[in-house]
Amino acid sequence: MPDFILDVQGLETTFRTPDGVVHAVNGVSFGLAEGETLGVVGESGCGKSVTMLSVMGLIPSPPGKVEAGKAMFAGQDLIKMSKEEIRHVRGAQIAMIFQDPMTSLNPVLTIGRQLEEPLMLHIGMTKNQARERAAELLSMVGIPNAKDRLNDYPHQYSGGMRQRVMIAMALSCSPQILIADEPTTALDVTIQAQIMDLVKRLRDELGMAIIWITHDLGVVAGLAQRVLVMYGGYIIEEAPVKELYANPEHPYTIGLLGSLPRVDEKERAKLFSIDGLPPVLYQKPDACPFAPRCKWAIEHCWKENPPLLVVGPDHRAACWVDTKTGRHR
Amino acid sequence: MVTKEVNNNDILLHVEDLKMHFPIYRGVFQRQVGAVRAVDGISFDVKRGETLGLVGESGCGKSTTGRTILQLYKPTSGNVIFDGADLVKLKGEQMRQMRRKMQMIFQDPYASLNPRMTVAQLVGEPLMVHNVATGAEINERVQHLLDVVNLNPAFASRYPHEFSGGQRQRIGVARALALQPSFIICDEPISALDVSIQAQVVNLLEELQEQFNLTYLFIAHDLSMVKHISDRVAVMYLGVIVELTSRDELYAKPLHPYTQALLSAVPIPDPIADAKRKRTILQGDVPSPVNPPSGCRFRTRCPIAEAICAETRPEFREIKPGHFVACFFAERFL
Repeated sequence: MPDFILDVQGLETTFRTPDGVVHAVNGVSFGLAEGETLGVVGESGCGKSVTMLSVMGLIPSPPGKVEAGKAMFAGQDLIKMSKEEIRHVRGAQIAMIFQDPMTSLNPVLTIGRQLEEPLMLHIGMTKNQARERAAELLSMVGIPNAKDRLNDYPHQYSGGMRQRVMIAMALSCSPQILIADEPTTALDVTIQAQIMDLVKRLRDELGMAIIWITHDLGVVAGLAQRVLVMYGGYIIEEAPVKELYANPEHPYTIGLLGSLPRVDEKERAKLFSIDGLPPVLYQKPDACPFAPRCKWAIEHCWKENPPLLVVGPDHRAACWVDTKTGRHR
Repeated sequence: MVTKEVNNNDILLHVEDLKMHFPIYRGVFQRQVGAVRAVDGISFDVKRGETLGLVGESGCGKSTTGRTILQLYKPTSGNVIFDGADLVKLKGEQMRQMRRKMQMIFQDPYASLNPRMTVAQLVGEPLMVHNVATGAEINERVQHLLDVVNLNPAFASRYPHEFSGGQRQRIGVARALALQPSFIICDEPISALDVSIQAQVVNLLEELQEQFNLTYLFIAHDLSMVKHISDRVAVMYLGVIVELTSRDELYAKPLHPYTQALLSAVPIPDPIADAKRKRTILQGDVPSPVNPPSGCRFRTRCPIAEAICAETRPEFREIKPGHFVACFFAERFL
């Protein structure tokens, strides 16, 4: 295995709710290599966002709590850091972009002011230096007349432009890792294509590692090198991108890919649908969390939750059944 | 393979030069200072038994089109001929009678169902409002409708919050079916749902179409889902339809530069196929419908725009049988 710049081991996060304790992340382990783009795919509630928020120390506590696990970054455990310490990592070395560009900018501060803040805080630039750098950043993400537009307020920008500002802000301190949490979900497809094009270009120019969280298997296909599929707070499959789409092993991944209509499909076939609903886990399951919706489920699936098993080169899946033969692995 | 019989000459809905402008008022005297031209002169037909997909990005007027057809907004001008009657001219009781035949499924199953009504009340409400059933008969019909949309009829006394998104959307579908309509407008019925649930609802809509011989206007921004469900597809941009043709034709040989760009922007869930594609990435954003560009609406972002595009609005013309496009240079792509 290569050296990881971010190495997460056995992460567990819970939330206390009036209905009981929800186990949102249940022992998630993964690594991120330098310069790598890692896609994290799953439906709402699968724990993909909570995993990353836990790593970044952004879980509201209470009700949330990181119960166990390590997240090693540059020789330090992010989980153990104090609030003050992690603030110096966040934004400077690890930056994050969120889903909704409408709500993640402060509406009463100018775009320029918001771009300058991390530069002065993390890098210690003076006001004038920060102003100049902010204009550079803004034109880097493709906003015309950057200098003048620094004085605008967020409502004067369109959705796509706001997301560009978020990216500019995230990249302002040249982070080693960029965590993007569904950054294009709120945008239209033509704008999504612009943003993805921009991210790819900046990735190649700046050489940073990216964790791209999404529910859209199409977006990940064109962007990531390696993909994690999450379900019920577990990573249930992990593979290089081409391998995952060509040979999905976990029944959930197979179902998810089958349930997507494709714009390049030739014949109109009935869509494959996964019956039932994703689980909300009030207890850590002792069976496979996908078993109730799985058509391959065998007796063992109901007795023991499968760990990630090696099913091919760099390819691991958490399933007791070999879906090609229908037999126990 | 799903096969459907669509009679080419049997037109259920004919929309002609439909316009919906929302006035903007300003100042102390609330004078009208302009209008949001949400829908600005569109014409199309929907054939009995077919699914017409209506796609476009947010703000292009696709939802307004749906609502204006059902006369939920009073159109600024234009005609909507449904089953031989001009809906724009109908009033009172006549309109009420007509409404039974056309229903709508809404986007957000969390917002479109009254949280204080049980499923039985929600699904039974249209029956009561239109006086088509009473008392025990309503219950019977509700049970049957729930069964039709694959919901357990025993859940009839529960409230919407007890259901998941996909189940709620089924309640919405049952409600739309209650009056046995012939035409249903589906306004982004699956975009609020998770991927694995979307397929469940789409499959249900397809089954129901076959079972009850329904005609759909399927409004969506997801081009791959529209391709899956539609027989013909209309593409909207900034209040106008720029291209309309059969789904195979549209996706194989789009003639309008906007359609081409839109299709190339859709991610394909396959890294190998995705890498092989030619991409057209549009510059800039959609202009405001308050002050749309002169001539062709798309010219500000169009890769092939010329001087004429700013002067004249391109006619929405039939470039070959069944293929309509609004572009001066569409012949180049034939």
